[in-house]
Amino acid sequence: MSVQSRQALAVLAGSGLVVAVLAAAGVAVWRDLGADERDILEPILNPRLGLLIMVGLLGAGAAAVLMKSFAQGALAIPAKMADELGLIVGTDPVRRLVPDGSPELRRIAEAVNALADQRRSLQEDVEARIREARLSVEEERNRLAALMSELNQSVVVCNLDGRILLYNNRARLQFKALSDAPAAAGGGEIIGLGRSIYAVFERSLIVHALESIQERIRRQSAQPVANFVTTTRAGQLLRVQMAPVLSSPEGDGEAVVSGFVLMLDNITRNFEAETRRDQMLHSLTEGSRSSLANLRAAAEMLEYPDLDSELRERFLKVIRDEVQGMSTRLDETANAFADSLKTRWPLDEMLGADLVAAAQRRVEKKLNLPTKLEEVDPEVWVKVDSFSLLQAIGYLVSRLSDEFEVREVRFRLTSAGRLAHLDLIWSGQAMSTETVMAWELEPMTFAGESSPLTVRDVIERHDGEIWLQREKTQHRAFFRLLLPSALPQEQVEAAAFLKGDSRPEYYDFDLFKQTEASHALDDRLLSELTFTVFDTETTGLNPSEGDEIIQIGAARIVNGKLLKSESFEQLVDPLRELPEASTKIHGITPDMLLGQPPLAKVLPSFHAFAEDTVLVAHNAAFDMRFLQLKEASTGVRFTQPVLDTLLLSAVIHPSQESHRLEAICERMGVHVMGRHTAMGDAIVTGEVFLRMIPLLAEMGIRTLGEARQASEKTYYARVKY
Amino acid sequence: MTKKILIADDEQNIVISLEFLMKREGFSVCVANDGQEALDKARSEQPDLVLLDVMMPRKNGYEVCQEIRADAALQGMRILMLTAKGRETEVTKGIAMGADAYMTKPFSTKELVAKVKALLDVAA
Repeated sequence: MSVQSRQALAVLAGSGLVVAVLAAAGVAVWRDLGADERDILEPILNPRLGLLIMVGLLGAGAAAVLMKSFAQGALAIPAKMADELGLIVGTDPVRRLVPDGSPELRRIAEAVNALADQRRSLQEDVEARIREARLSVEEERNRLAALMSELNQSVVVCNLDGRILLYNNRARLQFKALSDAPAAAGGGEIIGLGRSIYAVFERSLIVHALESIQERIRRQSAQPVANFVTTTRAGQLLRVQMAPVLSSPEGDGEAVVSGFVLMLDNITRNFEAETRRDQMLHSLTEGSRSSLANLRAAAEMLEYPDLDSELRERFLKVIRDEVQGMSTRLDETANAFADSLKTRWPLDEMLGADLVAAAQRRVEKKLNLPTKLEEVDPEVWVKVDSFSLLQAIGYLVSRLSDEFEVREVRFRLTSAGRLAHLDLIWSGQAMSTETVMAWELEPMTFAGESSPLTVRDVIERHDGEIWLQREKTQHRAFFRLLLPSALPQEQVEAAAFLKGDSRPEYYDFDLFKQTEASHALDDRLLSELTFTVFDTETTGLNPSEGDEIIQIGAARIVNGKLLKSESFEQLVDPLRELPEASTKIHGITPDMLLGQPPLAKVLPSFHAFAEDTVLVAHNAAFDMRFLQLKEASTGVRFTQPVLDTLLLSAVIHPSQESHRLEAICERMGVHVMGRHTAMGDAIVTGEVFLRMIPLLAEMGIRTLGEARQASEKTYYARVKY
Repeated sequence: MTKKILIADDEQNIVISLEFLMKREGFSVCVANDGQEALDKARSEQPDLVLLDVMMPRKNGYEVCQEIRADAALQGMRILMLTAKGRETEVTKGIAMGADAYMTKPFSTKELVAKVKALLDVAA
């Protein structure tokens, strides 16, 4: 019964009661009267009956008014307060009760408000703490990720199932070098968040290393790490150091290994260098032994007095031959050794222009001396210990400035084959060779810095040379520093960094919580699956009539995040002509396809990229048809489950007319850019898909199986290509 | 009776000296330029002693040594190994393969002659 009807009932009951009591009193008095008394009273009362009824009605009215105000206080106001209170508890913690009604009710309302205030401030406190904690975790993660991306060593972190949780850019490049797939996947088919490390390393190798780590932990070793060297499928030699990720359980229990960190070093090159060094040592020792034996024997024969001249000449020839041979061998070894000696001191490869810029900054800042650039070859890479080299340059300039009042220096960098010339030029008088010698051999001190090294040490460290040269015509002189040059480094590193404008998504610690799926994919939540969103561009719309794929673009979704940095993008030679009309749609021209690999080469690496994931595409049936028609000829089969954003859109918005990608984007507020390239569309599809997951969940569609079932029921699912 | 010495070495520059030296000491000398030839000459010429280099083409000194020791017809043939491999492991291997003595290059020719004579029981 509603509050209003209860209120009405109370009013009615109140006035009814008054009328009933008055009537009952009248009837009782009337009955009690004797007949004679009634006769006396009747004439008195009869004419006043109206008055009596009036009084009765007045009483009823007064009762109704009283009852109404009572019901207001006892029913309506508490009911309203209860409603408000419900809102405060449920949805609107900021709302407060308005004190009303009786003083008691007002006090209750005030007390409730005070409680709500307390609850609110507690909530805010908790929220602030959570926010703070999350921020600091996020900050630490970012710091870690930044640190890792700067590391010169490859690092990969995995959980116990061998799933990759984190890797750095160096690792990505290293794996790229190991990959035998076309460049498209960029090593992404091997390394990627959530991918299995066992694609690279034998499972037994990792298991063995983990066991030996656990053994070490049991023995309470200070450094429970394991090292191993392994060859990859591509024949590269990797030295791997494994360290455990320990998580301590609640309380004082022993730490448990919950994952592992791999630090990788590609030692193929070092190994080759060492092998070469061994060979050199070998040829130097054993080769020399033979030659010395020949020499010594011949020399000793020459001592016999009874030699005829022909024999003497033959022994002399042996000596000449062997001396010649040994000299040649010594030269060769010395040259070869020079190369491998260079690798002893850790020299970094850097762009020569960067080195010069750093030298300029140093001289200008520390010595307040203006500098200028002459010719600086932008192509030159040098192999240097930049710290000590910059110190040496600074030191030389400081002596020039102190002792010869040089007021400006210039830098020049030129290439000379395996060497680079770094020239430090100044105008004015040139010093004597003795002075230069002294500068070279004194420990470097300048501008408050002092080093135990001399310029000569630094130059020797680089296996370089330094000398003073005069340019008489221009009244200038310069120090020429001969430095080892390096091969230009792959520009891919820069490109890889530029790919995502923000921090690349190289880690996902939430994967720590994921364990190998024991249940089928169909039962797993959409929010925890790994997806490959992809799109293809084609020569036309009819695969069965010879239309072909010309581009594949794909990105991965791991743990509800779209990883743009783990992408796959590849143009494909369709091995047929490209209709001009189609160029208008995708912007790909025939000459862009020249020299691109055919689909038979691209599909295997795309397959590897998409392994263990659910495929997602917009109008997937179209793309899948193209892929399926190639199954027979390439032997590559895409057997994983497929989700279609077009069908899912029809599930979510059944009454909408258009389920084109643009229309969906508009509805879902996805910003569209770079459409109609395979990569652009794949990323847009991924964004759309990610927004669909919560909407589907609201409709009770949470697992992959449920999503597939719902898709199949839509009208669009019946369209066939 | 003059003792016969087989010089097995692929380096002509040492063979010249050794040949001259051994002839001068009164031995008769034959020469082989690789491992296989050394084995053949050991069988055909029946030398009393072989100066055997380790690093030779076709068959190395260790193999030649082993095959000579395995051949019943060549019992009593002395083998002196000459080699540029000076490590102890290699010396041990040479002795294990059946060499009577082992000299590391470079060696003194006087010591070589002394060793050869000792092995052949010829008065120095």
